[in-house]
Amino acid sequence: MVDEFWFAMEVLISGLLQGFMYSLVAIGFVLIIKSSGVFNFAQGSMCLFAALGFVSFWEAGLNFWVALGLALVMMIVLAVVIERVVLRPLVARPPLILFMATIGLAFLLEGLAQALWGTQPHGLELGIPDSPLEGLPVDISQFELFAAAISLLLVLALVIFFHRTRVGRALRAVSDDHEAAMSVGISLQMMWGITWAIAGGVALVAGIMWGTRLGVQYSLTLIVLKALAVLILGGFNSITGAVVAGLIIGGSEKLVEVYLNIIFGIGGVESFFAYALAMFVLLFRPYGLFGDEIIDRV
Amino acid sequence: MIFRENGQYAATYAKDMRIFRLREDRVAVAVLLVVAFVVVPLVANDYWLSSIFTLFLIFSLAALGLNLLTGYCGQLSLGHAAFMAVGAYAAFNFAVRLETPVLFNFIGAGLVTAAAGFVFALPSLRIKGFYLAVTTLSAQFFIEWLFVSFSWFSAGSMMGAIDTPPMRILGWAVETPRDKYLLTLGVVTVLALLAKNLTRGEIGRSWMAIRDLDVAAEIMGVRLFPYKLLAFAVSSFYAGVAGALYAFCYLGSVEVTAFELALSFRLLGMVIIGGLGTIMGSFLGAGFIVLLPIFISITVAAFATRGLTDFLSNLELIVFGGLIIFFLIVEPYGLARLWHTTKEKLRLWPFPY
Repeated sequence: MVDEFWFAMEVLISGLLQGFMYSLVAIGFVLIIKSSGVFNFAQGSMCLFAALGFVSFWEAGLNFWVALGLALVMMIVLAVVIERVVLRPLVARPPLILFMATIGLAFLLEGLAQALWGTQPHGLELGIPDSPLEGLPVDISQFELFAAAISLLLVLALVIFFHRTRVGRALRAVSDDHEAAMSVGISLQMMWGITWAIAGGVALVAGIMWGTRLGVQYSLTLIVLKALAVLILGGFNSITGAVVAGLIIGGSEKLVEVYLNIIFGIGGVESFFAYALAMFVLLFRPYGLFGDEIIDRV
Repeated sequence: MIFRENGQYAATYAKDMRIFRLREDRVAVAVLLVVAFVVVPLVANDYWLSSIFTLFLIFSLAALGLNLLTGYCGQLSLGHAAFMAVGAYAAFNFAVRLETPVLFNFIGAGLVTAAAGFVFALPSLRIKGFYLAVTTLSAQFFIEWLFVSFSWFSAGSMMGAIDTPPMRILGWAVETPRDKYLLTLGVVTVLALLAKNLTRGEIGRSWMAIRDLDVAAEIMGVRLFPYKLLAFAVSSFYAGVAGALYAFCYLGSVEVTAFELALSFRLLGMVIIGGLGTIMGSFLGAGFIVLLPIFISITVAAFATRGLTDFLSNLELIVFGGLIIFFLIVEPYGLARLWHTTKEKLRLWPFPY
């Protein structure tokens, strides 16, 4: 009985830690939706682009921090280019069109990343062992703990940035009301560039974390699909929501997967469970757990 | 002056209401049908018939279904490839287990898929916009999982791999690429005509009202829920028939991976590039997306000789993504609008205005 309890705890904890990594990707979406209302499907491709760039710089013999800095600069440049080339001409178009544009962007970035740095998977080793911590009744991977800590730090940093700095306030103003923000002298283009740059930075962190896990390769773009479920469960425009939903989905899907397999012998539920859960919750809370309610006026 | 409206009076209501009111339009459509039914099968070789024309027609049908939902009713679906899979497997099961006639299988596949679409549309009562779009992803993942995990759907074979049985319609053995092309063409023509009429009538107008502003539509007396459900069901019906055709007339042996998420996005790309809310746009968009990879590989092959397959597939991604963005910026209403503009020009030609 005791063993079973610890086994369940172990499954739950590893799920929760995985959940942190989901939220890491989901936060990238939230940032962009919050400030520009664009549903950025290219977030996963940005992760791939950033991680591939970073790994290639690192493998070229650069110092770890130099490579990280270079990759960050690259993502900032990319953000500025995206703002100029894609977003600016599409200002004030319906959201569906912008969404489709980011799907195009996702294809483009995927192709570009692989054309620049090759298609073969790169291993990524940060020097943190993926082995269990000792002295605990349950197995908890050191790497997962580390990743969770990084995500928490990132979330804290973002929250502080959004609430305590001048630029952060400007970003929130833009997300509240574009026109009002412009009328008090906030440059929309500047703010969008900054948001996309931050989202690029988040993509870099997420890409490195997931890259360590899965290897830096094409399949990185697929983590978006889990992050989307996290996103709608938490609500589109809430960073807190992204974290909480990440934990809920990470924890519950591992438990469900493991126990359905043990009890009924049905496997692979993990592939859609997150969506089923999100859909169920949305039936009761159509704007996610923490999302702003949209009120239609005629 | 090529398109001349003057002098063409509609003397009866029936004439006024018909689909193609202008003689020029009717002639153009008749010519197109003759070319599609007679000239293409005579002229094109097997490769063109099977890999390009049939594929184009099947994708057009699927895009048409998605366009009814997204372009006319304004509900985004990211799970349409899965609905195609439902159609493919339903038709397979009808054919293998019940051994019903081929056309019945296709219609049955459509109806089964419509039922599936109906179920996944139920959240649309409360969920809207991108939240709804993301929930439609659940259809994609759930259906993929279903067909991979339970071998009942594929009559016992593992991982959902099926081989479609041979088709025979009233003694006509549908075997060669030409037969399959003609069968597909027939189905697509009938369904496209049906879609055109559907969008002209009360149902289509209600859909468009919901698309433009759902609250306003509701106030005017359009019941949202039944019409949204109907849009999902009809759209899934088209996807299901397209999926059945995809399996029976194009792929032959089917695996679930043929209907993965990427196909859903390609369908969405077709609809948006072709033109949201136009029947013709579905065909133009499908043609564009089917031909684009072929065009790119031919162009690159002209410049390079070998060792570039990796680069080629990446280039394809880059160009595909770039073109989507380019089209959205330059022509947000899609290729169908280009045709519309051309028609306006032809009406005035040779005068500028």
